[in-house]
Amino acid sequence: MSQTLEKPRSFQEIILRLQAYWAAKGCAILQPYDMEVGAGTFHPATTLRSLGSTPWAAAYVQPSRRPTDGRYGENPNRLQHYYQYQVLIKPSPPELQELYLGSLQAIGIDAKLHDIRFVEDDWESPTLGAWGLGWEVWCDGMEVSQFTYFQQVGGHDCAPVSGELTYGLERLAMYILGADHVMDMPFNDPSAPTPLTYGDVFKQTEEEYARHNFDAADTEKLLRNFEEAEKECHALLDLPAEDPKTGKRIIMAHPAYDQCIKASHIFNLLDARGVISVTERQAYIGRVRALSKACADAFVQTKAGGYSAEAAQ
Amino acid sequence: MPDLLIELFSEEIPARMQKRAAEDLKKMVTDGLVEAGLTYASAGAFATPRRLVLSIEDLLAQSPTTVEERKGPRVDAPEKALTGFLRGAGVAKEDLEIRDEKKGQVYFAKITKKGRPAAPIIAEVLENAIRNFPWPKSMRWGTGSLKWVRPLHSILCILSAEDGAEVVALEVDGIKVGKSTRGHRFMAPDAFDVNNFDDYSNKLKSAFVMLDANERADHIWHDATNQAFAQGLEVVEDKGLLAEVAGLVEWPVVLMGNIGADFLNLPPEVLQTSMKEHQKFFSVRNPKTGRIEKFVTVANRETADQGATILAGNEKVLSARLADAKFFWDNDIRTVEREGFEAMAAPLANVTFHNKLGSQADRIGRIAALAREIAPIVGADADEAELAAKVVKADLSSEMVYEFPELQGIMGRYYAKKAGLSDAVADACRDHYSPLGPSDDVPTDPVSVVVALADKLDTLTGFWAIDEKPTGSKDPFALRRAALGVIRLILTNDLRLSLSAVLSNGYEGADATDLLSFFHDRLKVFLKDEGIRHDVIDACLAMDGADDITLLVKRARALSETLATEDGQNLIQGFKRANNILTQAEEKDGVEYSFGPDIKFAEDDAEKALFTALDTAEAAIKPAMADEDFTSAMSAMAALRSSVDAFFEAVQVNADNDVVRRNRLNLLGRIRDVCLAVADLTKLDG
Repeated sequence: MSQTLEKPRSFQEIILRLQAYWAAKGCAILQPYDMEVGAGTFHPATTLRSLGSTPWAAAYVQPSRRPTDGRYGENPNRLQHYYQYQVLIKPSPPELQELYLGSLQAIGIDAKLHDIRFVEDDWESPTLGAWGLGWEVWCDGMEVSQFTYFQQVGGHDCAPVSGELTYGLERLAMYILGADHVMDMPFNDPSAPTPLTYGDVFKQTEEEYARHNFDAADTEKLLRNFEEAEKECHALLDLPAEDPKTGKRIIMAHPAYDQCIKASHIFNLLDARGVISVTERQAYIGRVRALSKACADAFVQTKAGGYSAEAAQ
Repeated sequence: MPDLLIELFSEEIPARMQKRAAEDLKKMVTDGLVEAGLTYASAGAFATPRRLVLSIEDLLAQSPTTVEERKGPRVDAPEKALTGFLRGAGVAKEDLEIRDEKKGQVYFAKITKKGRPAAPIIAEVLENAIRNFPWPKSMRWGTGSLKWVRPLHSILCILSAEDGAEVVALEVDGIKVGKSTRGHRFMAPDAFDVNNFDDYSNKLKSAFVMLDANERADHIWHDATNQAFAQGLEVVEDKGLLAEVAGLVEWPVVLMGNIGADFLNLPPEVLQTSMKEHQKFFSVRNPKTGRIEKFVTVANRETADQGATILAGNEKVLSARLADAKFFWDNDIRTVEREGFEAMAAPLANVTFHNKLGSQADRIGRIAALAREIAPIVGADADEAELAAKVVKADLSSEMVYEFPELQGIMGRYYAKKAGLSDAVADACRDHYSPLGPSDDVPTDPVSVVVALADKLDTLTGFWAIDEKPTGSKDPFALRRAALGVIRLILTNDLRLSLSAVLSNGYEGADATDLLSFFHDRLKVFLKDEGIRHDVIDACLAMDGADDITLLVKRARALSETLATEDGQNLIQGFKRANNILTQAEEKDGVEYSFGPDIKFAEDDAEKALFTALDTAEAAIKPAMADEDFTSAMSAMAALRSSVDAFFEAVQVNADNDVVRRNRLNLLGRIRDVCLAVADLTKLDG
């Protein structure tokens, strides 16, 4: 391993090293998706691109939001807004485990000193209509990543199969940097002219969003927004494939999927506000799943989803 | 004769699947080999997180040549039949033999199956096993279509004899069979060749892989207990955890670590659950205080720093976990101290139990009302039972149980004590879920018993009322388990109650008759394990008071014991004979022979003796039955055996003299009455 084993000194250095590592391994380094999502998997670079036969290799940081996990920035490791690092490679290469272990090495986890284990973890996302098999990866008893071979997404069988890696960045970084509280972790280099901790950047926003998510978000408006997003998603997909203006075949899988993402996040907010009963909960999840399935159905009819006009003849 | 070694090398196999998978591999391969004529002396299967291994000793080097004779059509059968036969048998007409049979001349074919070398047979059998392996869940990877539990990387398959090893030629979905494998993922990752099983297991051990799961488990347990013992501590035994941990490592290294001082005062169940569920740690206990003071974790490698980094990491992760647990515990205790324990149940009004059966709070209200009704029967104080019913589920709203659902009830007990409630109420929090399985302990404290019964009866009557009964293998609400729980609660505590009456106090609208027969079915299954036959229970069910489970089971046990004696068994035969004769006569004569017989019409000594014996039996049975002393009643009944036998031996019931005949039939009627007073013996088989 040519990577330096020197420990990273900050949260951002861990991210930068992951970016450099996966770039060197041939992944396209994408930017975060510009919408509120619950996890890196929601980025269309994962959900939609895992469908169809076109090869794909991408890595990116994704800010993620889980409104129910808000703790006003007080809990040492629970946040309503956090970062995931996501890698998706299709087809999954035979040496994916070794590639992954190499990435741990790159961020300062020396496999000669640590105990790294692959512990069974079947992944399922009821809202995405997706499932896969894999592991949670443990380092000295701590879960540092999820490792999944996608089998189905949006109700479609994945063929070829994508390999997905998800790193929970805060937890991983806290471990590597030896921080006991997420807010104490150095965000940039501690010797920088303006050293910033994670708390300097996010403590206030955690408070603001916790209050917003639990007590202030306008539930009437959110319920209305959910209905609107759902309606628009279906409406976009119901339009004919041929664009009357350009005469081209343009299926709006991504704009429709944006509405699916929106509905999913609104549902999470409503859940945090405690206005969704146990029975309603299932119904809402089912409605989001219906949207993601419809988007998946649409995506496989597009070029990126493996559609070719000749093959369809 | 050669030995066969197979290794299927993959990415990490879930721990819970390994043992079964090794057995399945052994069964599929050995069955296939034997079916093809390849017998062997012995076979052993092994599993590690990354490999399934099968070693077969002394396998036939080739399958024996077999000759099978097959009978064909008659010589004069249509040509079509003959061609079909020839095709099926794979022989030519000239090779057929003609034999004379009763029905005429018939063709016979001799089908010779030539023996084949072992290697191609093994290849076929192994490929079939790989392609049809019964994994609980399997997956595809990359661009392939093969399914395995996780990506399969290499297949080793060699036939080894003294003169060397032969690789069995096979390729499965691009994976070519070879003679090489790899050692420990981190400690010895390079590939190496092997020649036979001994070579393989030795080289694996040098490459930091313990092949045998039992050896790994023994090593872990031995090392863990030694390390604990050295510090005057003991490891809390957990066989399930041991097996699981042995399935997570190829090279187990046991490390004992400390629990932060802040957490040592958490309830031991909280420490144990948190460590086991999240970290797969063993708890290490101080035998003097019963407190959990340390933990044992099992790493998968040796390190230059003797595991110091690994242990420090594990301790840190545990601290974060326990900080969460302590946070929940402190919050819960604060809530209880501020508002009382009952108040903790308030949010359950918003938790749906079932959309047709209302909220958890509705359910608690019903259970409390039912508990009041049942309390006097069990001998519990009605107020205390009602209070218990109102708080036993309060911990479902606690932060701790939200995080660790498996601690439901256990936390309730702690919180009830903190709230100053009685021990009986606190214990009911923990014990009212019991018994869960057929071997789970049954509560005996009256308050726990009342709430346990009320809880289960509300569940059963509720789901009966909305017609969500178990069907076939589907029992999503575990209603069979609930019914068995009720039965065991009643029997263990010797409770006397009319189940129908109690059920009528349950959820409105349940068909109590149908539910009672569900109970009877569960009871049959339960008693079957005791060796009590279905028909014995049927014979008792036909009697009055069949909804009193304790009485019913007492009667069934007595009858079952009686049937096990020679007298009892013979008396039943005598009873059946009497009953058959009576039924026929009654049908023919159109009367019921139930007028008392008169001894003055008795002619034979055996007949007179039967009168006396019946008098004696009746005199003994009546008071015994009144006392519900079924054993005495039934042995009095069984004592009739010799008199009944002697009677049938000596006397012709259907005598020519009509008065004598009717008297004898009425005498049989007495036998019937005496026996049927004990149980409905007509329901017995045989």
